Amino acid sequence: MTAYTATVTVRLKRGVLDPEAETTKQALKRLGFELEALRSADRFEIDLEADSDEDARERADEMAERLLANPTIHDYDVEVDER
Amino acid sequence: MTVSIVRFGGSNCDRDAERALAHLGIDAEIVWHEDGLPADTTGIVLPGGFSYGDYLRAGAMAARSPIMAEVREAAADGTPVLGICNGAQIGCESGLTEGAFTTNESARFQCEPVFLRVERTDTPWTAAYEEGEVIEVPIAHGEGRYEIPDDRLAELEDDDRVLFRYCDADGDVSAGANPNGSKGGVAGLLGERETVAVLMPHPERATLPDVGPTDGQGILRGFADA
Repeated sequence: MTAYTATVTVRLKRGVLDPEAETTKQALKRLGFELEALRSADRFEIDLEADSDEDARERADEMAERLLANPTIHDYDVEVDER
Repeated sequence: MTVSIVRFGGSNCDRDAERALAHLGIDAEIVWHEDGLPADTTGIVLPGGFSYGDYLRAGAMAARSPIMAEVREAAADGTPVLGICNGAQIGCESGLTEGAFTTNESARFQCEPVFLRVERTDTPWTAAYEEGEVIEVPIAHGEGRYEIPDDRLAELEDDDRVLFRYCDADGDVSAGANPNGSKGGVAGLLGERETVAVLMPHPERATLPDVGPTDGQGILRGFADA
């Protein structure tokens, strides 16, 4: 078994309104920053022991499918690193 | 005949629902989620509140608690299930109903009376109304914007599963009458069976004559024949 950190990033699908990101963008503009768009995402770092990085990825993927992301509104990606 | 009102940690409209149902002469009891559904359950309310502090997404945690497997099974067998506000979020998160309720367009919590247009009347939840009737029921939510991909909304509409839409006092559905940016103005919808419904507005807060309008009574009467 090897120690891994699986990083799951969950973001709204393109086209789904993100009012919190919009509010944050406006606040940055009020501070004088110039920007065109801002997108936010949730990032989950999961420490786990697995036989291989494929195994770690598969398990993190299932965690995203079953809880961390809502497939109706979210896309997600998984990155796996040895720790 | 007993309607089970499922209480999760953070539910806070469970007692309101119990009282509103009692006012209508409908027997109901609050059930702690860890205790499972009682054998004599003839209807199920998923009440409003902030189950699990709305962690991750509103309703996400409660939707994956063991009692929801029992609720889904009962729903599939024809037991009436009504999800209100947080219960509606739980309903969508658990797959009882399609789509998702997410952050209001305003990014704010909104607590206000709204008008709803009754889209169909051949369901237990709307049999008390006329088609197109406008009813006034309050909302109280930060994550009530109905979101669903366009093609699936079209399917939902083709299947006639939209139950309530936000409208103005005249029954016109428009952006101006939509309090939270819900797609299609959807405020409430049916699951696979007509006995399963979720809605963001609170019918239990529009039932007792002492606290204001009573337009929500008809929705809760959906349990009367259960």
